[in-house]
Amino acid sequence: MSNIPSDLRYTKSHEWVRPAHGEVPDGAVEIGITDHAQSALGDLVFVEVPQAGRAVKAGEASAVVESVKAASDVYSPVSGNVIAGNGALATQPELVNQDPYGSGWLFRVQTNAPIDAAALMNAAEYANYVAEEAK
Amino acid sequence: MSLKTALHDTHVLQGAKIVDFGGWEMPLHYGSQIEEHHAVRRDAGMFDVSHMGVVDLTGDRVREFLRSLLANDVGRLKIPGKALYSCMLLPGGGVIDDLIVYFMSDTWFRLVVNAGTRDKDLAWIRRHAEPFAVAVAERRDLAMIAIQGPNAREKTLPLLAPAQRIVARGLQNFFGATFGAWFIARTGYTGEDGFEVMLPAIDAAGTWNALRAQGVQAAGLGARDTLRLEAGMNLYGNDMDENHHPLESGLAWTVAFEPSDRDFIGRRALETLRRTPGDQLVGLLLEERGVLRSHQKIVPAGEVTSGTFSPTLNRSIALARVPSTAAAGVQVEIRGKLHSASIVKTPFVRHGKALISL
Repeated sequence: MSNIPSDLRYTKSHEWVRPAHGEVPDGAVEIGITDHAQSALGDLVFVEVPQAGRAVKAGEASAVVESVKAASDVYSPVSGNVIAGNGALATQPELVNQDPYGSGWLFRVQTNAPIDAAALMNAAEYANYVAEEAK
Repeated sequence: MSLKTALHDTHVLQGAKIVDFGGWEMPLHYGSQIEEHHAVRRDAGMFDVSHMGVVDLTGDRVREFLRSLLANDVGRLKIPGKALYSCMLLPGGGVIDDLIVYFMSDTWFRLVVNAGTRDKDLAWIRRHAEPFAVAVAERRDLAMIAIQGPNAREKTLPLLAPAQRIVARGLQNFFGATFGAWFIARTGYTGEDGFEVMLPAIDAAGTWNALRAQGVQAAGLGARDTLRLEAGMNLYGNDMDENHHPLESGLAWTVAFEPSDRDFIGRRALETLRRTPGDQLVGLLLEERGVLRSHQKIVPAGEVTSGTFSPTLNRSIALARVPSTAAAGVQVEIRGKLHSASIVKTPFVRHGKALISL
């Protein structure tokens, strides 16, 4: 059973969003891929994150995670400007496997539009979604 | 319907991620395929390969039969226990399967064939065995465990009785021997030393757990693929198949054209093909970030047949089919972009060491 923290929001393409509050610098939202996603991909070997300053739109392919098995686009769940990409992943892509909700975060975005809450799931909804997908 | 090996429940209990492989439910990894890969290169790992087909051929004319059936020449096998790698060809030269044949005795040879091809292989073998009055018996009663790595043999030997241990320790590379109901061969598919053990299915789980207690790391199909690719070994269905002959699949060394009067199936077609310039299978090293994968296009011409990330080299490597005139530098189209790659000599890695300079 994969780990789905209750304080995050989730997309159908298996990204997570940590809403802006004290934990994240600059009040930005933090984005990564879920435990379920990293487990399905297997060991990651390359991660490409967006550079600070890049403008991203919700639904836009903004990062790439590549595992022994497959390469996969990561879609930004929000629109705004990238504050930071997680530089540690260039040499330690395995952080995404080991700690997908912590040190394996991918990038941070300063949003410039309200987050479309209806497009995101809470933990219980995402757990159901993953269970349905497995059927 | 999916097939399960005798070790299936053991894999599930030990946390394996199970995937379908040629109709079999097999472990992909037990947590991290890269750690499993390193365990084999640095210490010892084990693979359940019970899905492969073990076929015993018996009869007075069995050697004569195999000299006609296989592209490599079992006439070269003089000492009992010796193994030979060969392709089994269609008359047109396409590869039906690649296999290992063991010379057990003058009236008994043992084949190990791929899981995904076992049914068609058996039908083909039976059809051609009949005129030679050779009996074909599939050994579904046997499980198979491959123990591979620099310490694999030392960690396997304690499982044997003292007298057997001496014999197993003395096995030369590419030789096997029977130990009661077991058959142990010093063969493998990783580029490391080790054993492949065929044993009654009922012994499989106990043996697996005993090996685990010896510190042998369970490894899945994921690591098996990265290890064999680093070792420059072909995978049937990727690097050769019924539409590709051995000469364009890096397997010319397995075709015995001498003696010239041995008329094996596919010989006439290969005699013509060897005189015409065609494609070749080469090793590729990606010069940039990214991962080579099968079916990626090569510019100016060619295709990746097997690609992966090499955990030993920390770079992406591949086998690729390119024209025999290809230059040393090529480009590969990865997700819509061209990336530089170099043609390199295989194997990429052997006995734990990188053989190509990065």
